[in-house]
Amino acid sequence: MNDSSSSSRARLEIIAIAVIATLLIVVIPVLNAQGVISNFHLNLWGKYLCYALLAISVDLLWGHTGLLSLGQALFFALGGYMHGMYLMRMIGDLGQHKQPIPDFLVFLGWTKLPAFWEPFDSFGFALAMVFVLPGIVALIFGFLAFRSRIKGVYFSILTQALTYAGALIFFRNNTLMGGNNGFTDFKFILGFDFRDPATPRWLFIATAVTLLLVFLGCRWLHTTKFGLVQRAVRDGENRVLFSGYASAHYKLFVFVLAAIIAAVGGALYVPQVGIINPSEMTPDKSLEAVVWVAVGGRATLIGPIIGAISVNALKSWATRAIPDLWLVLLGGLFILVVLFLPGGLVSLPKRLAPLWQKFRRPSAPAAESAGKAAKQ
Amino acid sequence: MITKFGKLLGVGALALGALLGTARAADTVKVGVLHSLSGTMAISETSLRDVLLFTFDEINAAGGIKVGGKSYKIEPVVVDGASNWPLFAEKAKQLLEQDKVAVTFGCWTSVSRKSVLPVFEKNNGLLFYPVQYEGEEESQNVAYTAEAVNQQATPAVDYLLEQGYTKFYLLGSDYVYPQTTNLVLLEYLLSKGVPIENIGGGFRKDESGKIISAGKYTPFGHTDYQQIVAEIKQFAAGGGAAVISTLNGDTNVPFFKEYAASGLTADTCPVVSFSISEDEFRGLPADQLVGQLGCWTYFQSINTPANKKFVSDFKAWLAKSTVPGIVKEGRVTCSPMVLSYNGVYLWKAAVEKAGTFDVDAVREAWKSGISFDGPAGKVTTQPNMHLTKNVYIGETKSDGQFKILQSFDNVYGEPWLKGKFK
Repeated sequence: MNDSSSSSRARLEIIAIAVIATLLIVVIPVLNAQGVISNFHLNLWGKYLCYALLAISVDLLWGHTGLLSLGQALFFALGGYMHGMYLMRMIGDLGQHKQPIPDFLVFLGWTKLPAFWEPFDSFGFALAMVFVLPGIVALIFGFLAFRSRIKGVYFSILTQALTYAGALIFFRNNTLMGGNNGFTDFKFILGFDFRDPATPRWLFIATAVTLLLVFLGCRWLHTTKFGLVQRAVRDGENRVLFSGYASAHYKLFVFVLAAIIAAVGGALYVPQVGIINPSEMTPDKSLEAVVWVAVGGRATLIGPIIGAISVNALKSWATRAIPDLWLVLLGGLFILVVLFLPGGLVSLPKRLAPLWQKFRRPSAPAAESAGKAAKQ
Repeated sequence: MITKFGKLLGVGALALGALLGTARAADTVKVGVLHSLSGTMAISETSLRDVLLFTFDEINAAGGIKVGGKSYKIEPVVVDGASNWPLFAEKAKQLLEQDKVAVTFGCWTSVSRKSVLPVFEKNNGLLFYPVQYEGEEESQNVAYTAEAVNQQATPAVDYLLEQGYTKFYLLGSDYVYPQTTNLVLLEYLLSKGVPIENIGGGFRKDESGKIISAGKYTPFGHTDYQQIVAEIKQFAAGGGAAVISTLNGDTNVPFFKEYAASGLTADTCPVVSFSISEDEFRGLPADQLVGQLGCWTYFQSINTPANKKFVSDFKAWLAKSTVPGIVKEGRVTCSPMVLSYNGVYLWKAAVEKAGTFDVDAVREAWKSGISFDGPAGKVTTQPNMHLTKNVYIGETKSDGQFKILQSFDNVYGEPWLKGKFK
C-alpha cells in the first residue's frame, strides 16, 4: 500500500465517522423528537450503544493487548451501580413504601440511610465514583495479576472468578446494595422526569457522544508509541520485556482504562434500561461481550461496535419474532462466523471483494462459463 | 453499517405493522405473554407460556371475548424474557409501546416483576402476575393472581400448630421473597404465643436491637447444607420441630439429600416448602421428599370434575400442540399454571363487564369483585388488586403429586402484612 492510498483511506474513514456521528448525535434524536423514530427504538439503540462501550473495553484488552478478560461485566455493572445509587436517592419518598430511604432498605428493616449511601445524594460524587471504584478494583487486581505475570488462559479464569465473586457479594442482601433485585423504579435524573420522552432522548445523545469520544480516543491511542507497545505485548511479550519495556505497566494501564470505559458504559446503561442487579455481573455476561467482539471483528475498533449493535439488535428482534427458536438462530450464527468469518463482520467486504471482481470481470475461462451460466 | 441496520429494522417493523394491522381488522385483541423461555427460569416459566396458549385456544374455540356486541379472538404475542431482567423491561416496553397489547400475562421472579413495573406504570398497562410472592406491593397496573404470604405461609403455620408442632426453623434462599416471608412468619408465630427461642435459623438485629432479619439464608445455587442440617438436627432433638423452607429451585436437591443422610424424616421433623410444586418435581427427586409438606392454592390432585376436565383438556391440547420445542411428555399442572389460567378468565370477565379493553375500565371491573369457578374452586377479585382463593395443604407422594390434608376456603389476599400480627 502506498502513501497516497493510505491517506485517502484515512480521509474516507474520517468522513464516515463524521457522517455516522452526526447521524447518531443529531439526526436520530431530531427524528425522534419529530415522532419519526419511536421512543421505544431510540431507547433500544441507546442500550446498544452502551453495549458497544462494553465491547470496546473488551477489544482494547483482547484485541489490542492480547488479554482475554472475562471480567469486564463486573466493571460495567459497578459503574451502573455507582450511578444507580444516585438514581435510587432521587426517588425520594415516591417508592412503594413512601419512605425517604430506598424500598429495599425499608424491607431490610432500616429506618435511616447507611453512612456509605449518604454522599450519593450528589450527582457529582456518584459520577466520580463511576470512574474511581472500578478504576481502583482494576488497579489492585491488575497490579497483583500482572506483577505475578499471570497471562493467557489463567488471566481469563482469574478475571472470570473476580466477576463471579463480585456477583456473589452483590447478591447478598446484607451488602445493602439491593440484593438479588438490585436497583429499579427510578424516577428522576438531575431533576428530569424519566417519563418525559426528552429524558431518554438526552441520555441517548449523551451515550452517542461518549461512544464517539471513546472511539476517537482509542483510535488515537492506537497511533501512538503506546499503542505500538500495546500490540507488541500482544504479539510477543517476551521480546518487549527484553527490549527494556516494563510490559506489566502497559498492561496495567490498559486494564484500568478498559475498566473505566466499561464502567462509563454501565453508568449510561442503567438509566436507559431502568434496572441494575447482580446478574449483570455473572461471567456469562462477560462472555456475551466477547462474542460481540468476535462477531464484529477483533482488534478493529469499529468491529466491536458493529458486533455489539448487530448481535443485540438481532436478539431484540428474535426474542419477539421467534421466541422459541432465537437461541438456535443466534448460536448457529456465532458458529458460522467463527468457522467461516474469523475476521468478523468487518472482514466481510474484503472477503466478498474477490467474488465481486470475478463476477464483474469474468476473464478466466472458469469464470467465463460461470458468467454464461448466469446469463442463461 | 449502522444506518443500514436501522433501515432494515425500520422496514421490518413496517412490514410487521402492516401484517398486524390487517390482522386487527378481523376482530382480534392482542395479548402479551412475557415469560422466560430460555435461561435459568425457563424450566418453570415455559409451563406458564404453555398453559396461557392453551387457555387462549380454549377461549377462542368457545367464541372469544364479547365486547359491545362483537366477539374478539385472542391473538397472543409471545416474547422471551430469557431470564434476563433488563430484557424483561425491554420486552415489556415492546409489548406496550409497539404491539399495543391490551393486557400482558407474565413474570415469575420478583426481580422480573420489579424490572417491568415502571414500564407498566408509565404506559398504564396491565400485568397479570401468577406466582407466589412476598407482598409489600400494590401497583394499580398489576393484577396479582399470585398467592400473597397469608395465602400460603401463614395457613401452613396454622396447620403445623394444629398438628402440635411447637418449634419452627426458618430456612430460605437469600432474596426478597424468603426474607419478607420469614419476617412476617416471625411476627405471626410470636402472635400465636410461640416463644422466640423456639424459632430457629438465627436473627439479625439493628443497632436498636430490633430484629431486621429472621432465619437462615443461603445463596442461589448453594450446595453445601451439611452445617445447616446439623443445626436443624440439634434444633429438632427435643421433638415437635418443623422446618419452614423457602429454598428455591435446584438448591432443594442437596438440601434434601443432606437432610435424609442425617437421619431426619418427615415424621420427626417435617419440611414445609413454599417453592416446590408439582411442576418442580419434574426436575427434583420426588421419592426423597415423600411425606414432606407443600402449601398452595391449587394441587393437581384436587378431586373435582372441573379440575379433572382442566387437566385432561390441557394434556389433550399439549398432544396436538405445534409450538416448536414444547415438552409433551410427563406434564403436570401446578398452582402458578392454574393462577395463569384463572387470570385469563378473570381478565375476560372484567373486559366483558367493562364492555371495553381500556385498562382503566378493566381495572374498575376487577375492583368491583368478579368471580370465576376455576380448577381450584371459586376465586374472587379484590379492590386491592389481589385475589380471594382457597388454600390447600398437601403431603408429597413418591410420584411428585400431593395428597391433600387440609383446605382453607376463601382466604383474602393481603399484601401488607409486616406489623399486622401483634
